[in-house]
Amino acid sequence: MPDSIQMRVTRYTPGDSAPTVADYDVPLRQDWSVLDGLNHIKDNLDGSLSYRWSCRMGICGSCGMNVQGTPKLTCGTFLSDYAPGPVRVEPLTNFPIVRDLVVDIDDFMEKLPKVKPWIVRNDEAGALIDREYLQTPEELEEYKQFSNCINCMLCYAACPVYGLDEDFIGPAAIALAERYDLDTRDRGRRERLDVLIEREGVWGCTFVGECTRVCPKHVDPAGAIQRYKLEAAKESVMAVLLPRGAL
Amino acid sequence: MSEGAAAAHDVLLVGGGAAGLRAAIAIAETNPALSVAVISKVYPMRSHTVSAEGGAAGAMAADDTLDEHAYDTVSGGDWLGDQDAIETFVQEAPRELLQLEHWGCPWSRQPNGRIAVRAFGGMKKMRTWFAADKTGFHMLHTLFQTSLKYADLRRYDEWFVTRLLVDDGRVHGVVAIELRTGRIETITAKAVVLCTGGGGKVFPYTTNANICTGDGMALAYRAGAPLKDMEFVQYHPTGLPFTGILITEATRAEGGWLLNKDGYRYLQDYDLGKPEPTPVLRSMELGPRDRLSQAFVHEVEKGRTIESPYGPVVHLDLRHLGAKLIDTKLPMVRELCLKYERIDPVKELIPVRPVVHYMMGGVSTDINGATPIEGLFAAGETACVSINGANRLGSNSLPECLVFGARAGNAAAEYASSAKPAPSVVLRQNDDEERRISQLLATDGGTEQIADIREAVQSTMEDSAGIFRSGDSLAKGIDQLAESRQRLASLKLADRTRAFNTELVAALELANLLDIAETILHSAISREESRGAHQRTDFTTRDDENFLNHALAYRDADGSPRIERLPVTITRWPPGERVYGR
Amino acid sequence: MSAPATYRQPVSRLWWLKKPTYLLFMLRELTCVFVAWSVVFLTMFVYAIGRGEAAYRRFLDWAASPVVVVVNLVALAFLVLHTVTWFALTPKAAVVRAPRAGRRVVATKMVYVAGKVRPAATVIQVGGRVPGAAVIAAQYVGLVVVSVFIAWLVLR
Repeated sequence: MPDSIQMRVTRYTPGDSAPTVADYDVPLRQDWSVLDGLNHIKDNLDGSLSYRWSCRMGICGSCGMNVQGTPKLTCGTFLSDYAPGPVRVEPLTNFPIVRDLVVDIDDFMEKLPKVKPWIVRNDEAGALIDREYLQTPEELEEYKQFSNCINCMLCYAACPVYGLDEDFIGPAAIALAERYDLDTRDRGRRERLDVLIEREGVWGCTFVGECTRVCPKHVDPAGAIQRYKLEAAKESVMAVLLPRGAL
Repeated sequence: MSEGAAAAHDVLLVGGGAAGLRAAIAIAETNPALSVAVISKVYPMRSHTVSAEGGAAGAMAADDTLDEHAYDTVSGGDWLGDQDAIETFVQEAPRELLQLEHWGCPWSRQPNGRIAVRAFGGMKKMRTWFAADKTGFHMLHTLFQTSLKYADLRRYDEWFVTRLLVDDGRVHGVVAIELRTGRIETITAKAVVLCTGGGGKVFPYTTNANICTGDGMALAYRAGAPLKDMEFVQYHPTGLPFTGILITEATRAEGGWLLNKDGYRYLQDYDLGKPEPTPVLRSMELGPRDRLSQAFVHEVEKGRTIESPYGPVVHLDLRHLGAKLIDTKLPMVRELCLKYERIDPVKELIPVRPVVHYMMGGVSTDINGATPIEGLFAAGETACVSINGANRLGSNSLPECLVFGARAGNAAAEYASSAKPAPSVVLRQNDDEERRISQLLATDGGTEQIADIREAVQSTMEDSAGIFRSGDSLAKGIDQLAESRQRLASLKLADRTRAFNTELVAALELANLLDIAETILHSAISREESRGAHQRTDFTTRDDENFLNHALAYRDADGSPRIERLPVTITRWPPGERVYGR
Repeated sequence: MSAPATYRQPVSRLWWLKKPTYLLFMLRELTCVFVAWSVVFLTMFVYAIGRGEAAYRRFLDWAASPVVVVVNLVALAFLVLHTVTWFALTPKAAVVRAPRAGRRVVATKMVYVAGKVRPAATVIQVGGRVPGAAVIAAQYVGLVVVSVFIAWLVLR
């Protein structure tokens, strides 16, 4: 293994007409992730490089970037896999670039509350039931996968629909809606469906499936969306055949 | 709204992790008329709560009692915890965890649908609730998603607070940098709650994320509030070498063993009980974290640890647990080992070593999260109530965030309901900050790199205030920190841009780390005994006569810490012998 | 308060050439054209039969011409792609359960009756999900059965 690797990193400062690329040579160590490489650059070569990171163990979702064209968590992607290099590090696709490798994710932050990603239940009436809602391990298994989303936005970066249509609610938001719909404690299916049955909801998805392929936590948002489509279609048919008033 | 301020709120929560979000929700539910905001240097789902793995303790099982949870916590903390706070804590913990369940937290379950509990270090009964091995992740996302219900809850995402506005012994808000633009803004608030987590990055090897730089502690300290029990730093016995990534205590709760280079379960040599094939509560691998980390150091001294490219390690053996259990109860552990060590714990031994994990110390508060500065509160790891005393038991810190997050939030709301708005004089502090930051960015002729100073501080702390300390090592450390402080004055910043300047943030965080580090060393040198996580080689026994009290570190006018003492509140458990394995 | 300029990354019209999976996706979408073509072709075929012997012969001659053969071969390839991707997608959209494969749990759930919380015994059906591979395999079996049947109809 050679002892260094070149990292070609996107640079951008607001006011620039377009992003540029800067080249850095970093040590190529067996254990180093791409994030370790970026930290080496910042600590030793160029302190002006801006990027997000925090937990360095793939659970906080901060460090998503495009590595060699594919959205990845840089803390869990290893430089040695790209030897001899160079390895291209760019900000996540489909998001506006704020600075260098930092993108603007406010669009997702605005869309997420729309799908009501919380337990919707109207029987609390202020009284605290001092027992847990029963939920068997099998019932938990039904939605557990979708609850593992770390909001890293790799799926949005991979989704061509999101790139072409900025109104599309997107994979993670729909997966989280499904997570709550499948949770036996929730009663919010109807309310979420009203939001997701729109064109910018599930019907915007054309099942490219790239979101599932890049998801680092195996959430399978594509699966969540297709299930949702089937449910939405069934609801639409039922609504025609059995209008609510008739029941 | 005060003229010149970007915004005004009734309560401002600094930090959006478990404590901050819990506080926000508490206020939104009980005082919906109040204007509440959460300000955080990261998006809330990135807060370090997200990395917690093992579980959250709440005494709810039929065979468990609040008193037993309290006793485990009191003895786990080597009698330095305030017992009135501990009694409140153990009482409210189960209710908080249940509340989280109602909000959708995917707690792991028994086959009959009830909440499952597991064993955990230092606990005599099984009372630790868990969500697979990603408890903190699930708790944080449950809290964050629940907080989205409250449309009036304002958030300032990626705003870095640089200063608390204090006037005449009362807090009036904060000055913060909006990271996106680099603009410096004042946000006034009638009450401020600090929920910024711990400061593990003062040390070189830590489970902590990059963001854990003790910001809230430093803010409070500089504003005149005391930091309590700073000398008590917890080393978690099982972190991965190099990365320091946490391998949860749950591995040991489920039956994992710690082996030295001879394949020997060495903890039996350190008064922690006899090795049994299955875990015994409060014994061996389920002893308290401070004792396990200390045992490691002794093993190193005896030459019985394994040499790795990153220093001495011991082995965590999970092979006898079987793939099925590991994939159900410890799936993330398996993923982490495969990815970062290229090791499959089902078949191979995991190399582990103690790494810094938690700060028992923090901003001194009472049982309602109030600091001596009017209107200033703190909760979570940032605060020191103290319930954790000299050593925290695993799975007590997540419920601590919930219990005291809610209490501090409610107390702050009550205070804010009758408090007057900020006097306009505080707004001048915005200009002071603006000038200070601009100066930092504009300085030419600086010679020092952030990374160099940071590494120096970290290595000073590891050498002088590690698992074992001495008066000499601490004094040496204090001198070295003074040098680092001098170097900090000649910082050279490469990044002069305002927009999303993470180098500026790193410089400000480094200043916070330095403040924290100084309070740790000064507190440690003042405590001439060994208790819990503070082990002095020159004072090897516990001294209840002189030191059954907390160290309070105040910032003197010249910037150095002044230590005062505050007695520990003892209610029902007079100091006793701390026994494990017998 | 004006925010500094962010840079909107442009999306290329040829985005689908950037990854093999994107290209496969576009080809899959394209299969609908050939599905439509095969419907038209079959309709023409049936219509020709209905118009009598001469029309039928003319249709077969036309169908045998090189251009039409090539088009139909290409269409066949796309139809295979369409079938394979459609079958693979089904278990994602439809979670199939076999009720008898799961287990029944008797549990006490807390329910609200007339504003008060009361325990009520319920029976929960858990588990019994049919694995995706089985769902996909079942569709192929169905395809073979139907094809054999139609072949028999036509050839007897």
